[in-house]
Amino acid sequence: MTTGDREKSFYETQGRHTGILSWVLSTDHKRIGILYLTAMFSFFFVAVILGVLMRLELIAPGRTIMSATTYNAIFTVHGVIMIFLFIIPGIPSGLGNFLLPLLIGARDVAFPRINLMSWWFYITGAIVILVSLFTGGGPPDTGWTFYVPYSIKTGTNVTLAVFGVFLLGISSTLTGINFVTTIHRLRAPGMKWFRMPLFVWSLYATGWVQILATPVLGLTLLLLMSERLFGFGLFDPAKGGDPLLFEHLFWIYSHPAVYIMILPAMGAVTEIIPVFARRTIFGYKAIAFSSLAIASAGYLVWGHHMFTSGMSDIARMVFSFLTFIVAIPSGIKVFNWVASLYKGSIELVSPLLFTISFIFLFSIGGLTGLVNGALATNIFVHGTYFIVAHFHYTMFGGTAFAFFAALHYWFPKITGRMYREALAKRAWVILFTGFNVLYFPMFILGLEGMPRRYYDYLPRFQTGHFISTIGSWILATGLAIMFYNLIRSIFKGEAAGSNPWGGTTLEWTTSSPPPRENFKEIPVVTGGPYRFGKD
Amino acid sequence: MNDNNKSITGYRIYFIVWICLLILTATTVAISNLKLGKYGALISLFIASIKASLILLFFMHLKYEGFLIKAMLLLTIMTIAIIVGLTFSDVWYRH
Repeated sequence: MTTGDREKSFYETQGRHTGILSWVLSTDHKRIGILYLTAMFSFFFVAVILGVLMRLELIAPGRTIMSATTYNAIFTVHGVIMIFLFIIPGIPSGLGNFLLPLLIGARDVAFPRINLMSWWFYITGAIVILVSLFTGGGPPDTGWTFYVPYSIKTGTNVTLAVFGVFLLGISSTLTGINFVTTIHRLRAPGMKWFRMPLFVWSLYATGWVQILATPVLGLTLLLLMSERLFGFGLFDPAKGGDPLLFEHLFWIYSHPAVYIMILPAMGAVTEIIPVFARRTIFGYKAIAFSSLAIASAGYLVWGHHMFTSGMSDIARMVFSFLTFIVAIPSGIKVFNWVASLYKGSIELVSPLLFTISFIFLFSIGGLTGLVNGALATNIFVHGTYFIVAHFHYTMFGGTAFAFFAALHYWFPKITGRMYREALAKRAWVILFTGFNVLYFPMFILGLEGMPRRYYDYLPRFQTGHFISTIGSWILATGLAIMFYNLIRSIFKGEAAGSNPWGGTTLEWTTSSPPPRENFKEIPVVTGGPYRFGKD
Repeated sequence: MNDNNKSITGYRIYFIVWICLLILTATTVAISNLKLGKYGALISLFIASIKASLILLFFMHLKYEGFLIKAMLLLTIMTIAIIVGLTFSDVWYRH
């Protein structure tokens, strides 16, 4: 296994197959993680282009570059790709797969074959969705939520797209089962629950959400497909059905799903902060339990998507109250991150810059969530650009910025090479500026009454839309620079060494990139994960 | 999991559980004829839960499993109970 003193990396150990097959048939969690990352960022690239085209259409009132029908299809596909193909698999399936066994001192996940199968379900689901765009009645135009009755009546290719999402759901569930089992069974000797890195805690909480919530999505989508194919009338009041039932079922999954997206992001930044503040994390147990609290409370709040749908008043009050409860564990995390930075010897490198901007943008996203969660203000902002701004601040400003932070932080571990720090910082400045120029005007547009998903608008909204479109170009430039830097560095970056940041978690104790089985010998853990200076 | 092939319980227990399930099914049918309105759904759900518990405990051997397996199953059951319960906070009080 060794070449001189250096152990062969997993890139050099092909296993039974060679070439492309050594990747797509590999059961190595690291290769599967990279498969996910490659596929996800390819889809992300497509969805970004669609988003930029949407913004370009909205630069001026009336038709600019596309028809209304095309616009409807594009915002649906943008949403479906971003949600189901990028941000839900996002950090857990991509980075989680690569890092989980390394973080807990294991050789692989508990079920390597199921892991590979989950990637195949993911890629098959993605292909089915892509096929749905070009076959049947054309791309779905329902928005990513597939609300009935329109999704049952539209002639576009909803059935196939929904089947694709169903397959993605299976993939997500399998990943959840794998991670929960791995964390229970494969921790290194001495790694007690409260010695686990906090990223692992967040993957654990996410795993449970994936296991418990995703089957509800599968069920809902099967019902929707059977409605379209057989017309049972489950959601049709004329046949004794209830259209609100669909909304309940859809959000029973899709609200917990936002915690599948954000929890691992929170976990990733919790790994980054101690390393670049050179301090142990403040409030380890509070952060660990707040992950579980967010995962559990996240189940109870789906009704806040339906405040104006005609739900009972009691239900609206209950869901509003529960929504406010989620703010508590989220607040605990934010305060603990900030407290961890306090009096640290902070090194402002790109992973930390992305992390700090994550805290800032996520806080804006989270606090505006309370505006949406309060019944009175919800009626005012429901279905407006305020919502679009809110979820882009949480999902893009939150999850994606944390994802970028994590990508920079673990890049040397994954590739064995270092990116250009100065370029990464420049990309960050442009991204952060572009993000706020793009999305902040949407808060104002929403409060002024601009409805979301509209193809056209009144001339008085033009200034906001114009600024926002300029922001989309800045943001896209930032993304291009960031990805150029990372992709270039995979091939031309300087060798990184096994622990370039001085991290204290287990993944930094093995070589970069790690060998096929991660560790020469399984490490024995004797203390907590963050050991810096006097702490 | 219990790895030995011996039957943990006798057929007598299985038979009694089966009879209980039949009685509970008959009860569900009988109650549906009483036209109890929205309370009918509650009672049906309650009886269905008892039936599911019997099957899990005896036919699927949950009674003889360790704490972790029981706790994990309980978690999933609690989740679905909460989901159904919260949905009822809408359906029950809707005008």
